[in-house]
Amino acid sequence: MTTETDGKVLRWLDERVPASALRDFFRHKTVPSHRYSIFYYLGGMTLFFFAVQVATGILLMLYYRPSTEEAFESVEFIMTTVPFGWLIRSVHSWSANLMVFFAVLHLSTVFFTKAYRRPRELTWITGCIMFFLVLAFGFSGYLLPWNELAFFATKVGTDIASAVPWIGDALERFLRGGDRVSGATLSRFYGWHVAILPALATVLLAVHLLLVQVQGMDTPPSRREEASRRRPIRFFPDFALRDLFGWTLALAVIATMAALFPWELGEKADAFAPAPPDIRPEWYFVFLFETLKLIPGGTVAGLEYEAIPILIAMLGAVGLVLVPFFDGDPARKWRSRLLSGVGVAVLIYAVGMTAWGYRSPVPIYVVAGLVGLLAVLAWASGNRHSP
Amino acid sequence: MASGRRDFLNWFLGSAFGTLVLWILYPVTRFLGTPSVPESTAVQVEAGATNDQAFQKTGFKIVRFGEDPVIVLRVNEGDFRAFSATCTHLDCIVEYQRDKARIWCNCHNGMYDLSGQVVSGPPPRPLQPYKVDLVARGSGQPRMVVVSKA
Repeated sequence: MTTETDGKVLRWLDERVPASALRDFFRHKTVPSHRYSIFYYLGGMTLFFFAVQVATGILLMLYYRPSTEEAFESVEFIMTTVPFGWLIRSVHSWSANLMVFFAVLHLSTVFFTKAYRRPRELTWITGCIMFFLVLAFGFSGYLLPWNELAFFATKVGTDIASAVPWIGDALERFLRGGDRVSGATLSRFYGWHVAILPALATVLLAVHLLLVQVQGMDTPPSRREEASRRRPIRFFPDFALRDLFGWTLALAVIATMAALFPWELGEKADAFAPAPPDIRPEWYFVFLFETLKLIPGGTVAGLEYEAIPILIAMLGAVGLVLVPFFDGDPARKWRSRLLSGVGVAVLIYAVGMTAWGYRSPVPIYVVAGLVGLLAVLAWASGNRHSP
Repeated sequence: MASGRRDFLNWFLGSAFGTLVLWILYPVTRFLGTPSVPESTAVQVEAGATNDQAFQKTGFKIVRFGEDPVIVLRVNEGDFRAFSATCTHLDCIVEYQRDKARIWCNCHNGMYDLSGQVVSGPPPRPLQPYKVDLVARGSGQPRMVVVSKA
């Protein structure tokens, strides 16, 4: 009976869209099986957190009011008066941080397994741009509660833009909507956060996912022999169900974090008060923030010293996008090793400076624990009996 | 002949499309840029009496000078000084550390002396000074701290 109904539905759909072709595509789609197959779930996990952001963000929009007079009060209202408002906002905040974390993890594994090489250059480029969009989401969303930490982080963050040669001042004014961080900045950031960035992210995400589906998952060069011996994982239902299991687990983690550690609101921003003690941006910008502390005042060739690390970071971002064109040929092993070495050095620096910024070794423990966990899972997967 | 007509049409339609794109982009770009708002015309502000609670308690007060924050320090009973409260490094608001006799920016640990000159840390320039006058208000009344552009 069910099969008969399915057949009717499929026929009805087939007359309008290529439903059978899509069904056959997913039925025959497979994912390579090897000891690093666990990495294939990281992109889906990032996507899941993005979906949580969209859902909770839409709910928060129903109460949030983007003005300097009302922003803080409206978030306070959400946290204290709206039923489950505290939960929705905390889930939004925790999920945002986990989205950044998994985006970094996903990007790192793709980088170190060289999955950006031909023919996947466009997948890499769209992924990198989406990663920058995720950071922009975090930066713009951070200001919206209009609390003092966010206010000063935004002052510093937007002032950094002024270090860009030639266009710096115009860029800073563009970001702030004026000379100062003010109500104009808040409404501008709100527009970016809820309309412009989601629109850009949706388009890029569609292209990224389409490319992943068309090209399939890449097998790292070191695991090709192993993958050829093992039976690939069927995408549907095996891989999809594992994805679903991971997402359910992630939802449980977010709910637990939101319940046990609701996101703080802090004090309302005051443009005429000193910066609060222990001011620092979100954890993923801390390494840059700490770097800026170490740079002394002064100029060289008309360029302020503080502009140098900022320019290096910007060039690094451009370099990251262009990685497939530097290391596109597997035969050039020295380039591949050099790039991996640079990647490891950047990660060590970022984690080290983050730990320094927090005056705590916890970031190092987190990364070491994570690398250890992935290594154990990879080892366990590699020693699984091959079917 | 047909090829010439096709080339002309291609050129014409291409130019028309290019113009259309410019027509759309120009107002959008101008819209996204920020209109210039005239700067505040404030010439002086009253920062409070010399015995103001804030001066007594922390030794400083941040006052609004138009749209800009200005830090007013009470160095001793008759010595008040004022500077722009915006750190020259990355725009944070500074504060006064009375015990160390320093003006300090919490964001990146920038340190200025009581003349607004950089002592240590990343700030590239000194703080912009403001003029302070202590104006008498009548017998028995504490004087008023008046800040104006230097």
